[in-house]
Amino acid sequence: MEQLYQEIILDHYRSPHRAGLREPFDAESFQINPTCGDEITLRVKLDGNKVEDVSYETLGCSISQASASVLTDLVVGRSVEDSMKVLTAFQEMAQGRGQVEPDEDVLGDGVAFAGVARYPARVKCALLGWMAFKDAVVRVGEPGGGTA
Amino acid sequence: MTTLEGLDVATIRADFAILSRTVRGGRPLVYLDSGATSQRPRQVLDAERAFLEQHNAAVHRGAHQLAEEATDAYESARARIAAFVGVGPGEVVFTKNATEGINLVAYAMSNASVGESAESERFRLGPGDEIVITELEHHANLVPWQELCRRTGATLRWYPVTEAGRLDLDALELSPRTRLVAFAHQSNVLGTINPVGELVRRARAVGALVLLDACQSVPHMPVDFSALGVDFAVFSGHKMLGPSGIGVLYGRGELLAAMPPFLTGGSMIELVKMEGTTYAPPPQRFEAGVPMTSQAVGLAAAVDYLNEIGMDAVHAHEMALTDAALRGLAEIPGVRIVGPTTLEDRGGAVAFVVDGVHAHDVGQVLDDRGVAIRVGHHCAWPLHRRFGIAATARATFAVYNTLDEVDALVESVRAARDFFGVS
Repeated sequence: MEQLYQEIILDHYRSPHRAGLREPFDAESFQINPTCGDEITLRVKLDGNKVEDVSYETLGCSISQASASVLTDLVVGRSVEDSMKVLTAFQEMAQGRGQVEPDEDVLGDGVAFAGVARYPARVKCALLGWMAFKDAVVRVGEPGGGTA
Repeated sequence: MTTLEGLDVATIRADFAILSRTVRGGRPLVYLDSGATSQRPRQVLDAERAFLEQHNAAVHRGAHQLAEEATDAYESARARIAAFVGVGPGEVVFTKNATEGINLVAYAMSNASVGESAESERFRLGPGDEIVITELEHHANLVPWQELCRRTGATLRWYPVTEAGRLDLDALELSPRTRLVAFAHQSNVLGTINPVGELVRRARAVGALVLLDACQSVPHMPVDFSALGVDFAVFSGHKMLGPSGIGVLYGRGELLAAMPPFLTGGSMIELVKMEGTTYAPPPQRFEAGVPMTSQAVGLAAAVDYLNEIGMDAVHAHEMALTDAALRGLAEIPGVRIVGPTTLEDRGGAVAFVVDGVHAHDVGQVLDDRGVAIRVGHHCAWPLHRRFGIAATARATFAVYNTLDEVDALVESVRAARDFFGVS
């Protein structure tokens, strides 16, 4: 279990980075985990092609909250393209059933979630924020993207 | 390990091979998730195997010896299961699960609403008619009624739930347009036992039918549908030491006789011509196609097993476990029971929240210690929303659980608080 709840994860859970919903934002996404009812509302603000801010409100477990916190560290300041590469790497690790060796250069603190892959029931928790981020980025520029 | 009720739990546990396995690196399994699905004793598995090795054939068709034996086994199972809940064999319909049983009634009403038959008039719904449920229902007793109302233009109303986890019966008045009142016998989250007698009385006063979701009561206490006076009731095999893939719909004889079918096809017919078909009498009318057979035999074996112990003893034992869990959890700071906190009108589903620790995380720590509970909304999302929470942790009991296992639960919840630094 200590593999799942790495100290980094517990730190992010206790003191989440960039938590709360902020304005202005370009798009918002609301995602739920239908099996447990956990929710996240996540907003994205872009500056041209760069992710300027990600803000969020979660109602969820330590894994989903810490994952959203780590997400903001990994994507804010990056280009949308690079952010999506990180997202893909994170998703592959989380869904890799422990067979995928995470790349710390790409994932930073995100490698702490490698243990989640051994607990299939928690993979969705770790991915909830990332799915919201992906959805929000897609919505940028769409009519009504800001009201999700 | 003989309890005050004279129940020999050690002997019972020996019938359940799975209970002696270990999980998560050698921890003994403490299975407290029987409300989701129960484990099955050797007797149930043996009955299914014996049927399949000796008598297997398609029932209600064929004239060979195996077909006769299989049909006898199937109908004998029906009779024993019917007697277990105080009804006649002709009033018991086998379905895939309880969810299908509820959908069967909902779709029969739907079919009655588009049909012309005078016989099924009493099941017809239209705009202005009402279906009444409660805020504590499992999605299985909620979504089918939402859908039925959507199809027919009827209105769905519900009794709200109080802070104490009881139905607020004063908050809603049934009307002459109320056609059906559907509710759980025992809440699968709160453990609340609903006042069946009072709800039946109110429904009768306006001429409404009553459907009881008995999934969480039939496995745990003596239940007699005739005595309760309900019109329909459902329960699942896999929550009462029996197989999955089989559920039971009870319908009062004269209602089933007047109700149009849901699924149609083989087995449920009386006379088929290219121009049209007449239907078999119930229960066959509601069992289209070759039914689940070894599962029916297995469920009857589960009923025999429970009868052997005695449902009064099962209930007393589970109440002792529930009492210990309620007391043990109440002593932990920051732990709140969601639902009644005493045994009054209460069954053995114990849902709780731990301040500062999400239910998923509670469940993970428990799992690490071998304690299997359910976390989430337990298919009762509106009920959780009503209490302003996304998820609860839930322990549920069966006849094979022990007081030591309740202690392991309480101990593990303390450990979860320690682990997340909220103690």
